[in-house]
Amino acid sequence: MSDGGDGELPVLTRKDFVSDQEVRWCPGCGDYSILAQTQKVMPDFGFPKENIVFISGIGCSGRLPYYMNTYGFHTIHGRAPTLATGLKAARPDLMVWVITGDGDALSIGGNHVLHSMRRNADIKLVMFNNRIYGLTKGQASPTSELGKRTKSSPDGTVDRPVSPLSIALAAEATFVARAVDTYTEHLQQTVERAGWHKGSAFVEVLQNCNIFNDGAFREFTDREVREDRMLVLEHGKPMIFGKDRDRGIRLNGLAPQVVTLGDRVAEEDLLVHDEEAEDPYLAFMLSRMWWPDFPVPVGVFRKVLHPTHDELLTGQIQAAVSQRGPGDLQKLLRGGETWVVP
Amino acid sequence: MTATKEPAKPTLPVQELDRVTIRFAGDSGDGMQLTGGQFTRTTAVYGNDVSTLPDFPAEIRAPAGSLPGVSGFQISFASSDIHTPGDEPDVLVAMNPAALKANLIDLPRGGALIVNEDAFTAPNLKKVGYESNPLTDGSLAPYTVFAIPITALNARALAGLDMTTKQVDLTKNFFALGLMFWLYERSMEPTLRWIEEKFSARPVIAEANRRALKAGYAFGETTEMFHHRYEVRPATLPPGTYRNITGNEATALGFVAASRLAGRDIFYASYPITPASDILHQLSTYKHFGVRTFQAEDEIAAVGSAIGASYGGALGMTGTSGPGMALKSEALNLAVMVELPLVVIDVQRAGPSTGMPTKTEQADLLQAMFGRNSDSPIPIVAPATPAECFDYAIEAWRIAMRYMTPVVFLSDAFLANGAEPWAVPDVADLPTVGVPNHTDPATFQPYARDPETLARPWAVPGTPLLEHRIGGLEKQDITGNVSYDPENHHRMQMLRSAKVAGIVNDIPDLQVNGPADGDLLILGWGSTYGPIRSAVERLQADGKSVAHAHLRHLNPMPRNTGEVLSRYRRVLVPEVNLGQLLLLIRAKYLVPAEGLNLVRGKPFRISEIEDRANEMLTGIAR
Repeated sequence: MSDGGDGELPVLTRKDFVSDQEVRWCPGCGDYSILAQTQKVMPDFGFPKENIVFISGIGCSGRLPYYMNTYGFHTIHGRAPTLATGLKAARPDLMVWVITGDGDALSIGGNHVLHSMRRNADIKLVMFNNRIYGLTKGQASPTSELGKRTKSSPDGTVDRPVSPLSIALAAEATFVARAVDTYTEHLQQTVERAGWHKGSAFVEVLQNCNIFNDGAFREFTDREVREDRMLVLEHGKPMIFGKDRDRGIRLNGLAPQVVTLGDRVAEEDLLVHDEEAEDPYLAFMLSRMWWPDFPVPVGVFRKVLHPTHDELLTGQIQAAVSQRGPGDLQKLLRGGETWVVP
Repeated sequence: MTATKEPAKPTLPVQELDRVTIRFAGDSGDGMQLTGGQFTRTTAVYGNDVSTLPDFPAEIRAPAGSLPGVSGFQISFASSDIHTPGDEPDVLVAMNPAALKANLIDLPRGGALIVNEDAFTAPNLKKVGYESNPLTDGSLAPYTVFAIPITALNARALAGLDMTTKQVDLTKNFFALGLMFWLYERSMEPTLRWIEEKFSARPVIAEANRRALKAGYAFGETTEMFHHRYEVRPATLPPGTYRNITGNEATALGFVAASRLAGRDIFYASYPITPASDILHQLSTYKHFGVRTFQAEDEIAAVGSAIGASYGGALGMTGTSGPGMALKSEALNLAVMVELPLVVIDVQRAGPSTGMPTKTEQADLLQAMFGRNSDSPIPIVAPATPAECFDYAIEAWRIAMRYMTPVVFLSDAFLANGAEPWAVPDVADLPTVGVPNHTDPATFQPYARDPETLARPWAVPGTPLLEHRIGGLEKQDITGNVSYDPENHHRMQMLRSAKVAGIVNDIPDLQVNGPADGDLLILGWGSTYGPIRSAVERLQADGKSVAHAHLRHLNPMPRNTGEVLSRYRRVLVPEVNLGQLLLLIRAKYLVPAEGLNLVRGKPFRISEIEDRANEMLTGIAR
């Protein structure tokens, strides 16, 4: 940490957030990129690093806190949101991140994702989605595509996958976004915006597991095709994509439609992205769009401000203290009806 | 006594009794718990020693008049020190045929039976399988029966009030309560005050309850039915300020006290579960004490959030019952591994799976001891009486913080809902509990240990220069870094075990009530205290060589436990389970102790323990 000297706040850099632990993900894993971008954006929040906590569950993603030189807690499978909610409720002064994966967040921990989001707990949840169980060596996950052949499904899965962002939206998350491990500058921006959000943030990072599910997102995330096959969402801007910025999304009835800009379709006909819409219809529609039927939307789907769980809880505590005065233990113990034995 | 007494008819003789046990029984919608609770408050304020046993069904409103819908409340009160709600009632108040049928078996011959004869209609009788009306067929001849048309008398008293027939009927429990107040010379004042407060916004309902109560009282006074009134004089309890308290209430107050003593706020997370929910309800009204309550989405979230709060430096705790304990076991092991303080309250209930949620049992001891993967030591404390729940809530936190460990607090449905008088302590006399956060970077290592307690430092987020990582993976000694080193794992397992075992240096010796050696020791834990103590008092009064010892610390057990066990020819361990403490002490101390095990969802009767003790004493060759 570089110390700014007397009276000045210390200025932190990425290096301040790198722990002394050797990183032990497989070489080539997408997790490296997510770690690097996360470390990079941390100084931007201007938060003392002792006030930042990373909490993780089980899976490859779960190792991330060991590599962050902040407070860190590697918990148990699926339960990281519960520890984060309790910590934030007890300590509203902390910035709390949850690092999780598709199995951790959507399978064993699905219930906790639902409830931490609907409570608007002020925690920033980053879910690494590689559509496979990596740490247990290659079983199907809740985001694996139907029919996928894995060690646990040699004849193909018979379970339909879920859309993580549809779930986050249904769970009333107040910040919902998607980024891609290899699209680093966009990933960095997205993580940073999640960090600034006050409330429950759910960020899905499409992440390549080069050992057990290599190339899961390659069709639309590879550098050569990215611009044609992904839709970068920008608040207040029409939904345009393509190398030549010549294609867009418009609403046809209740469904989105890919159109080519030209004589018959003008920019004004396109959907304009509104991440601040209070109702989640547009965001939900975007969460259902997937390659090859549609370009895959990335960026911030939804960002609305609601009172957070810890604000409401602290508000009740403050109201109780101002109405009743700070608790008097002796009075409490002597409460109710008493009698004296002389 | 401070309350005013209503004048009695001068002609009626008053018979003085040392102890009376009354059971109120009716439909679960009849307000029997409220009636019993009001009688208890009045009796406690009057100065009697009291002990209660609420016994209600899990169904909120089972079909009216049916056997599964019967709800009961037994109170024993005395002019001397008592320890149990009584083996059997002296008086049974039965509000309908179902209540009579379900409870008559416990009423001794000659016992008084007060029934609402209006409820003994043909359909009600048929519903519970009475072929003839027991009030008229002579089958109640062994008892002293007072058949009273309570419904009709009560309706007459409430005539003219703007209420439906159903609303009127709901107040008849207060008629019965008023009658019992008259019969036992209790003041109506505390209940009248309660009505005033409770129904301040609903004057008609308040008036109805007042009238019902007074009508019951007046009925006793004017009818020729009763030949005596009874008086149970105040008990000679040690001097002090007293209040009536249930185990769950005492538990909640104990946690607030621990929070104040330690200077740390409470974070209490719980998923609704009988019979632990009342602790959540109560703590949620203490926000002015900085208490943060959290109704979690499930049992796992409850314990997880509590661990998160403790990690942040709060008093993180979670309350549940047996099924919830099962769900929490993985997270409990995380707390063992990361060595953070945490208190888990298990208000035990009957049976595996859902079992009998409102009934008592003490069968989670082995679950608390061993119900986790690997060797996973967790200290266990268990209060013996409702009032003791206060002391052991503080003790649980003292251990949790001093040793940086999760602690299990084992209560049960009998303690949780049962009430007794509690001598309110002076805050100045409460023990010192709590530890400071670690803040010094120069001496900080996440898993460096205090040489005396083996506790690691409590270094909470927000402390500059102590940034570190913890987790469920095995820790390297001192540094807390992840380690798969075989010798390190062995050392850490031994350290975790030694830390908990070392608490033995910090807890009082096991006390014996009775001869220091002799024929028989009765060893108990938890809510069996009352019946064991009473049985031992009777046996000792008969000149038997019998002593009683009661464990409040189950893990570790007091240092002298083995030595105490060795001083008696035989050891009896009564438990409301199939022999869990018995298994532990046999394994640990190699004593041929014997069990008395009855699991009926009810506490022991004194006589059951007394009889078993007598059998064992007979078998001793002298």
